[in-house]
Amino acid sequence: MVDHLSSLIRAVDAADSSPRLLEAVQNLAAAHLEGAILTLIATLSYNNPGAAVAAVDGLIQLGEPAVPALLELLDLHNYTARAWAIRALAGIGDPRGLVTLLGVATADFAMSVRRAAARGLGTMKWHWFPDHLLEMAQGEALDALLFVAQQDEEWVVRYSSVVGLESLANAISAANPEWRSQIQAQFEHMASHDSSGAVRARVWMAQQRLQSQTVIQSGIEQLPSPLSATDWQMILEKLYERKGEERLVLAAGDPRLYRDLAESIAQPPNGAQ
Amino acid sequence: MDNESDIRSDSSLTVEQAIANLQGEDLGLRVYAAWWLGRFRVDAPEAVDILMAALEDEDDRTHVGGYPLRRNAARALGKLGDHRAVFALMRALECSDFYVREAAAQSLEMLADGSCIARLRELLNNQIPGTLPAREPPQLTQPFDAILEALGTLGAVDAIADILPFLEHDIPRIQYAAARCMYQLTPNPQVANQYGDRLVHALANDDLQLRRAVLADLGAIGYLPAAEAIAQTPAENSLKLIALKGVLEKQLLHTTPPHLSDGALNVMALMDDLL
Repeated sequence: MVDHLSSLIRAVDAADSSPRLLEAVQNLAAAHLEGAILTLIATLSYNNPGAAVAAVDGLIQLGEPAVPALLELLDLHNYTARAWAIRALAGIGDPRGLVTLLGVATADFAMSVRRAAARGLGTMKWHWFPDHLLEMAQGEALDALLFVAQQDEEWVVRYSSVVGLESLANAISAANPEWRSQIQAQFEHMASHDSSGAVRARVWMAQQRLQSQTVIQSGIEQLPSPLSATDWQMILEKLYERKGEERLVLAAGDPRLYRDLAESIAQPPNGAQ
Repeated sequence: MDNESDIRSDSSLTVEQAIANLQGEDLGLRVYAAWWLGRFRVDAPEAVDILMAALEDEDDRTHVGGYPLRRNAARALGKLGDHRAVFALMRALECSDFYVREAAAQSLEMLADGSCIARLRELLNNQIPGTLPAREPPQLTQPFDAILEALGTLGAVDAIADILPFLEHDIPRIQYAAARCMYQLTPNPQVANQYGDRLVHALANDDLQLRRAVLADLGAIGYLPAAEAIAQTPAENSLKLIALKGVLEKQLLHTTPPHLSDGALNVMALMDDLL
């Protein structure tokens, strides 16, 4: 098994062309081995989108064991790699990623990172949360998603917030009916006022599904949480920390003032426009 | 003006400052102001006037004779939507700088004013004096892809005979631009779809740069049968999402809100998976 793993990793390291790298990463991801996690994360910064897709799929398949490394190695300097890593965290839906997703969905300068995080905020494994934490966590996710839906200048991030809000509405409907109404009111407003046709269309789709109670099964298994009491304690502490910081950030001014310019400079010329 | 680093690092440059900078002495501030006016879509008549004047600039030259300020001014004028710029941009198609001609063709496309079609056709056919030869031989003589895209958007059906040879051009990116253009200009849907399908096949190309170009083409024409292939091709999710947005918004033209066609619903399902 170890020999198999090391030969797969060697193939990734030795790949000298884009198609070879893609094939090697696909093979490594398909092996479904925890020993592959660090190598899969490293490939997210190789600037090869095909390989990154395969690596993200592999990391999502591996699930919780990949979460600590994804959080630890989150690349603060390379926003493309960060977007892929956030996409993996969002796909896994592990509650240990919640506070990171809340932070980047509302404040990362790269729209691809905010986009990946906003969707992930809806698809957390909410059924893992203990009751005393669930309400606070969902309240934070709701606030963050409403903020993104109302404030983000990029259509794709608002689109993603609609997807996130739709998932969240399905997760909270029983416990907090007033939260569901808040989401519906936001949709009502966006359905006719959002400046992007694509966003308005996604809102109509969400409204129709919520109306007809169509819940799109995300394929997430309903197994109980494997997280320890210490994990939950840390999530709780980080959530409190975040609630404290929110006030400070708002008082200090909106970080979005410079974000737009920074991103327009950082994007490659034929990147997202 | 007295503190360049302040102005450059701050997006809060005011309209007045940008207009003043564009007419000032500092070439760096001028070229930045031209970009800035376009980026923030400052369509005040005064801004349009000085950008049109900047298309004639002779001060800002690269060592091989390019005109950086003219390039930025031409790009900005497309974004400002003022049709007074059409004539000035047509003049810019005569510029010896390839990139000025490219920016002018793109901006004429954005302004959607058919009066430039005849001039674009002349440029396509290498019939505008002063634009030849290309400065560096491996380069193209003309920005063919930008010209073809403009002709397609402007509905230049009379130009079809000029366009068809470009479907067989040596450079794949230009073949794709021609296919995109022919898709837009062909009234018979079945024939048009053959051009759309050519683009779908091109998504299998090994070259990432080419796949990116094809994604932009498919988004621009909103070709629904391409949706699945767009979602599958190895490229950045951001670019695939922009392409699928083009396909989705084309679908919305055929239905009354909030009704959604099956095509629109399928495209959104694909988009959700790429977020």
